Amino acid sequence: MNRVALALALIVLPAISQLARAQEQIVAGLSQNHVQITANFDGSSILIYGAVKRDTPDPGTPPLAVIITTEGPSAALTIRKKDRVVGIWLNRDSVNIDAAPSFYDVSTSMPLAESLSETDDLRFRVTLPHRIRAIGITGEAANSEDFVTALMRIRTAQGRFRTEENEVQLVQNTLFRADVTLPSDLVEGNYKVRMFLTRGGHVVDQKDMTIFVRKAGLERFLFNLAQEQPLIYGLISLAIAVIAGWAASAGFRWLRGR
Amino acid sequence: MQLYLPIAEASVNAFLILGIGGVVGFLSGLFGVGGGFLITPLLFFIGVPPAIAVATGANQVVASSISGVLAQVKRKAVDFKMGGVLTAGGFAGSSIGGVVFDYMSRLGQIDVFVQLSYVVFLGGIGALMFQESLRALLRARRPGGAPIRRSHVHSWVHGLPLKTKFRASGLYISILPPLAVGAAVGFLAAIMGVGGGFIMVPAMIYFLGMPTRVVVGTSLFQIIFVSGYTTLMHAMTHHTVDIVLALLLIVGGVVGAQFGAQAGTKLKAEQMRILLSLLVLGVAIKIGYDLVATPAELFNISGVRS
Repeated sequence: MNRVALALALIVLPAISQLARAQEQIVAGLSQNHVQITANFDGSSILIYGAVKRDTPDPGTPPLAVIITTEGPSAALTIRKKDRVVGIWLNRDSVNIDAAPSFYDVSTSMPLAESLSETDDLRFRVTLPHRIRAIGITGEAANSEDFVTALMRIRTAQGRFRTEENEVQLVQNTLFRADVTLPSDLVEGNYKVRMFLTRGGHVVDQKDMTIFVRKAGLERFLFNLAQEQPLIYGLISLAIAVIAGWAASAGFRWLRGR
Repeated sequence: MQLYLPIAEASVNAFLILGIGGVVGFLSGLFGVGGGFLITPLLFFIGVPPAIAVATGANQVVASSISGVLAQVKRKAVDFKMGGVLTAGGFAGSSIGGVVFDYMSRLGQIDVFVQLSYVVFLGGIGALMFQESLRALLRARRPGGAPIRRSHVHSWVHGLPLKTKFRASGLYISILPPLAVGAAVGFLAAIMGVGGGFIMVPAMIYFLGMPTRVVVGTSLFQIIFVSGYTTLMHAMTHHTVDIVLALLLIVGGVVGAQFGAQAGTKLKAEQMRILLSLLVLGVAIKIGYDLVATPAELFNISGVRS
């Protein structure tokens, strides 16, 4: 009896999971999954490419869309608002954000409103407002929502938060590609790339990949030294200053002396 | 040429930084000041975080002061004993300044605090210097109106205990006033990322009564140690000294300073003082205006230090 049940389970279970699994799947790759920040680092462009794999022919409707998000490491932040106190602008109210990404890019193959329903946006936390964790800020300042809006406005102006509609090229509902430009003032860490395949605004498949952003070479060495051997680092900084100061005056005296 | 700064974690134009260092170096060579009061605000202006600007500015001041002091030592215009006493006071002041800097950072008021310090001290010193040098200039115009200055003015300063002889300055005074002056300037150096020469020099002349001949050299000598100490303190506790940024500023600065010193020999002392006072006042007015004017963005973001 037990053996029959087991056999049955072995046959049925994969079938069930097959059904539950998406009809359409993402197969994707990155042009590079390591970014090295060296002395002459000036931003980096990463090509994200992929295809939609399906067992059955493309049903055509509802419309297919690809959404790609790239997210930099999150950190806790304090947002402050200036107020005039006796004629001088001082930081007054502040709001603490638990976590906000240092970089966030949303690229889509068609306008965001058409490619993602609000329920799925909330469920998968796709758009920026859902990536900022700000719990219990209402008690910290009046109009605390303004602070979060300000955070998004400032970082959008800095090019750190981006929404790029129609930036993903989707060819024949099968092949897609997108270029994500990482800015030059990049923070070190793991950058999470999420790809969503949606039909009629509903997510049918998701694929995650990671880009590793690391300082390299001299930058890596100096950063580590500053963090781990601050005394030696400080003394080297001073030595450079002392030598440069002496060399300049000695050098110019020699030039003048000739 | 873009260069990535490992500590500031930002990419900057190397020639822009070299240029800033060069221009400030030229002015500091011209006027015989460290130039920290120009470097640090300029770094703020191009978007370097205040904590890094202050710490890196202090490192740059070390280089420009050494470059300047060597010439003064040759001229025997350095009172080493006085410099030592000022330095001892400076270490204490700088340590206290570091603590206050931390406290203000945590309150989120460090930017305003630094800016207010600039306005008050640069504005005050600039105005005094302007008034004084204008008077001197007018007096020099009048024939036979050579300024009469008494070399020894006795005041309450001379009644303090712990008197000692400062041979090079020709002074016999208590070590307490120089200690206090050193501490006050060290405090400002830690907070403003400056050497403090613009406060030290007038304090030496008017408060300690030192002869003008040794003032610049002794001030530079003392600034080397206090700024060096400040640099180390920031590097140890906050990891905010950006060595790449400092190197660019220093290279631009020391070269500029030599040209500035050459140009300085063509200017009269009164003219130079009036130009310097205008420069100092200009910086103070600009920073003061920014404090009062309605900012374009009321909100600002800062990371929480872990």
